[in-house]
Amino acid sequence: MGMSEYIVETIKMGILETLQMTFFASLLAYAVGLPLGILLYATAKDRILSNRIVNLIVGFFVNITRSLPFLILLVLLIPFTRLVTGSSIGTVASIVPLTVGAIPIVARMVESSLSEVSPGIIEAATSMGASPLYTILHFILPESMPSLLLGAAINIATVLGYSAMAGVIGGGGLGAIALQYGYYRYQKEVLWTTVTILVILVMVIQESGNVIAKRVRK
Amino acid sequence: MAEVFKLEHVYKKYKNDGKEFSALEDVSLTIQEGEVFGIIGMSGAGKSTLVRTLNRLEDISGGTVSFFDRDLSELKPKALRLIRRQIAMIFQSFNLLGQRTVLSNVMQPLRIAGTPRAKRKEKAMEMLRIVGLEDKKHEYPARLSGGQRQRVAIARALASDPKVLLCDEATSALDPKMTGEILDLLAEINKSRKLTIVIITHEMSVVEKICDRVAIIDEGKLAEIGEVKEIFRNPKSDPARKLVFPANPFDPSAKDSRLIRLVFDGASASRPFIAELVEKTGKKVNILSANTKSVGGIGYGQMVIELPPQKEEQELIIQFFKQGGLSVQEVEWV
Repeated sequence: MGMSEYIVETIKMGILETLQMTFFASLLAYAVGLPLGILLYATAKDRILSNRIVNLIVGFFVNITRSLPFLILLVLLIPFTRLVTGSSIGTVASIVPLTVGAIPIVARMVESSLSEVSPGIIEAATSMGASPLYTILHFILPESMPSLLLGAAINIATVLGYSAMAGVIGGGGLGAIALQYGYYRYQKEVLWTTVTILVILVMVIQESGNVIAKRVRK
Repeated sequence: MAEVFKLEHVYKKYKNDGKEFSALEDVSLTIQEGEVFGIIGMSGAGKSTLVRTLNRLEDISGGTVSFFDRDLSELKPKALRLIRRQIAMIFQSFNLLGQRTVLSNVMQPLRIAGTPRAKRKEKAMEMLRIVGLEDKKHEYPARLSGGQRQRVAIARALASDPKVLLCDEATSALDPKMTGEILDLLAEINKSRKLTIVIITHEMSVVEKICDRVAIIDEGKLAEIGEVKEIFRNPKSDPARKLVFPANPFDPSAKDSRLIRLVFDGASASRPFIAELVEKTGKKVNILSANTKSVGGIGYGQMVIELPPQKEEQELIIQFFKQGGLSVQEVEWV
């Protein structure tokens, strides 16, 4: 049993929407999550900008958003999404909860990558008279770059998975198609096609991350 | 000569699980411009803490540390960073940026100091020439040997024209040959650039090879300080004796034997004392251990000998050595 031309077109559109959501949500999540992750790292105990209060506050918000199941977050954020984009359905609207959901994941991943940098490197920077900000930008970030890139691949793949979930509350993309045609209309081949495409997309993202990280690591 | 560092009654206490631990206790010493100053001690003695008080990587709990008469503890963060640029440091684990080329690593302190880009490269290349690694400028540290990595670290340390170089166990991760090469390089830099060098080590051989003066740290306290030659000739404190005189390799023939240690310096190292003893007095001694080495370019040696059991013979032999200008010390055998 073949799929109609209409369905094929819909799936093509869905791929594009999924990629758009994943790209913009990941970009925005890093724009916020990267500085947040750096802050979490640098303000922790015995680190270069050690600050208990800042660390506790940032850590608290990150933990709260991270512990909410994404589906619940989607629903909770509907008013906020409407406020930002003027609508709560569609591809653009989906980017808002995706970004909010990904920020704490990105922040923790960044924090973990930065923590791998040897304390000796930081001591060397300090002994050279580098300021804490300089040490972060020119010592810690470059040293953890391979690990940051690997983390990014994992995060982007996670956002892609979440974007499929956004289909449930009216987001676009492959998730919505799988739900509409595969679940509500029992079109199994549409369901399997979209799932296969999602799996391939995740694999491509992960593998590209691995390759880039390997090339960057000296 | 100016004093590079002056430490007065320095204390450093740590709190660990509510328990107070003293890493440094009442340490006072000065380090003179142009000298190679050694700080030696067993691991855990506090020497790494001590060197970190010199550039305030560690804040002290009491006393003062001055760098060219400026009290480090009074400096604001910005001023401290400026001072730190004059106090370079190299480490046991090299601490190079693995993700940056050799050249980029060496340029790092110049970048921090705000040197113009074109000048940075020129200066970094000059430093790489000094350590003999110009041809490795585009390599990454992972592809270099330990000795080469430490050379890069030295080039990096020298790039900002520091007034002093702190070496924290800089040769401890290297094999003896590489250690020798790094020490030769440091000695050469000390002479050619008149750079004051502070060396932290647990190996006496490092101190012997290049230090002018040495401080012996034991359990956070300064056990002894002085000219390396002098401490080798006549170590006064127990920690110093332990470091200078290693355990004897041979047991004496009897448990209650009397052992003495003969110490001779450059002037007397070439005289055949034992042969003369036998020739002139007819008395015989048993050599338990002997070694000679070059300390600061002067031949230096020590020997542990077992004396014959008769008291009169013992005195005669000791007299003979003393008249020959040797330092004679009793050795307690346990």
